[in-house]
Amino acid sequence: MISQEKIAGMVDDMPAFSSSVTRVMEMTADINCCPRDMVEVIDHDPVMTVKILKLVNSPYFGLRNEIVSIKQAVVILGINTLKNLALTIAAVGMLPKQAIKGFDNKEFLLHSLGVAALARLLSQRIGVPAKESTEYFVAGLLHDFGKVVLVQFLPEEMEQAISLAATEEMDLCDAELETFGSTHTEFGAMLAKKWLLPEPLIISIAEHHSPTAENNDSCMRDCVIAANSLVKNALFGSSGNPHIAGFPQAVSERFGGDLEFLTTELGDTVNTELEKIRTIAMV
Amino acid sequence: MKFTFRGVRGSIASPGPATVRYGGNTTCIEIRGDNGEIIILDAGTGIFPLAQSLLKELPVNCHVFISHTHWDHIQGLPFFTPLFIPGNEVTIYGAGDPISQRGIKHVLDRQLEYAYFPIREAELSAEINYVNLADRESVQIGSVLVENILMNHPAMDYGYKVSCGDQSLFFTGDHEWQSNIYEPGSEGHDEFEEEIESRRAEIVDFIRGVDALIIDSSYTRAEYPAKVGWGHGTFDTSIAVAREAQVSHCFFTHHEPTRSDEELEQAYHQALADNADGRTSTEPVFYLAREGIPFEIGSENALEAFTPAVPGRPAASLGLKSH
Repeated sequence: MISQEKIAGMVDDMPAFSSSVTRVMEMTADINCCPRDMVEVIDHDPVMTVKILKLVNSPYFGLRNEIVSIKQAVVILGINTLKNLALTIAAVGMLPKQAIKGFDNKEFLLHSLGVAALARLLSQRIGVPAKESTEYFVAGLLHDFGKVVLVQFLPEEMEQAISLAATEEMDLCDAELETFGSTHTEFGAMLAKKWLLPEPLIISIAEHHSPTAENNDSCMRDCVIAANSLVKNALFGSSGNPHIAGFPQAVSERFGGDLEFLTTELGDTVNTELEKIRTIAMV
Repeated sequence: MKFTFRGVRGSIASPGPATVRYGGNTTCIEIRGDNGEIIILDAGTGIFPLAQSLLKELPVNCHVFISHTHWDHIQGLPFFTPLFIPGNEVTIYGAGDPISQRGIKHVLDRQLEYAYFPIREAELSAEINYVNLADRESVQIGSVLVENILMNHPAMDYGYKVSCGDQSLFFTGDHEWQSNIYEPGSEGHDEFEEEIESRRAEIVDFIRGVDALIIDSSYTRAEYPAKVGWGHGTFDTSIAVAREAQVSHCFFTHHEPTRSDEELEQAYHQALADNADGRTSTEPVFYLAREGIPFEIGSENALEAFTPAVPGRPAASLGLKSH
């Protein structure tokens, strides 16, 4: 199998999602492009977000501040630099609608955005300050980043794993392990670590399916886990992994109950939030 | 430590009878350390007159810090005569290009491509070193310490703090104090506001207490609304920051190329009058940056020369106090 190292290098040439590439191309042609719209496009695309966070946290920039969100990157680097970075990413091309059977990029994007929005919502609910809650959005957006990388670079193995998970009704991570001996969480975390992304983000990516006791204090991880289940429960988008996991104990403790309890507690807010996301994604 | 403005204009050189008093060259500041160290901030067209004066003290060993690589800050570099003379040593510092991720040398090499200039970089006779600076990386040059902080401009733009003994100055390069890109009350506004405020506090802390603040003050209050996002400050924002950072002397620079000397002085007086209410107990002295007059920190020799007089009244009657 292709090495993790090699895949990490290949990600530089990986294109972003077609909707954001199109919008970035349109916006960068306009000298008066609205900074707000530019930020929205970038921070709603996992590939653009991860590539920009990777770059601005790299030793090349050598920034004193660790950059954890696109808004923060705008404040430190300026909107114009961000706009030009987005343009270079857009120039790589765009992801195909469907690279492999069982994995639709548009549905995947909806899933990632849904988890992002709900992770932020949950963080605010448990009292995380507004500024930090943006980081929860990023964590939700990037939690499955490893998956889109694997689909791109190990398409046959991923197709097999996705099909196995669907037919056997098993968790995708188990199917991935059985098929190629590794998982999308492992890949995503490896890349995030290599790119010096913030530690809480790495933990959230690594442990969103299998939390460890060691990181039970990670509020971000727990919000991502809960948001992931809520989004699947609401049948919003698709991550290629139909398995809906119940809450692990640490997550139940943090939110005062299980998935069913939290779903009832949140009521309509989940659907309102997800519909907002659908509207943005459809632009 | 003393410094001399060699260029004070923004955007493009603007020579002519209307700019004789403050000067028409683009940005360049010459700094001399206590042990004769030569530090040059930016290489706009003002570096050319500086080069002429350096020819009297060969061989030259100097350190050029580039705030950012927009034309008005590098245009004079190919005409910096010491680069052509063997025995000189010139070290050039700055940020690379974030988009291509190539260093400061590459950026400046391109300025000397054959289509633009007859002499290639490899043909320059002085010993030339290039140093890519990371954010907050400090450089010690003899008795002088140069530190940087990333500012806000449509480029990688470093502000530089230059210290020697207990004296210091800070030059912003080009800089706009950020405003919120979200409407009040809309989603994202509060987080963005927090980010802006914490960044502003960081920069103000970095500047705090310097003897001289040299700050991009391109626009007047009336001009700014049409220039938001262009990456430049205003007289108002400069006055506010100089007060907050409790600096002793504040020099407005990056003068608009279209502004005549008279208009510049009018803008200066208007800005001080508009901001008269916010005066503090540690009120800085405000000046217009002016080419060619050395300012020695610690001795107030240049106060009169830098302070524009109101017609019919001496500068002292403006209520500016010396430190």
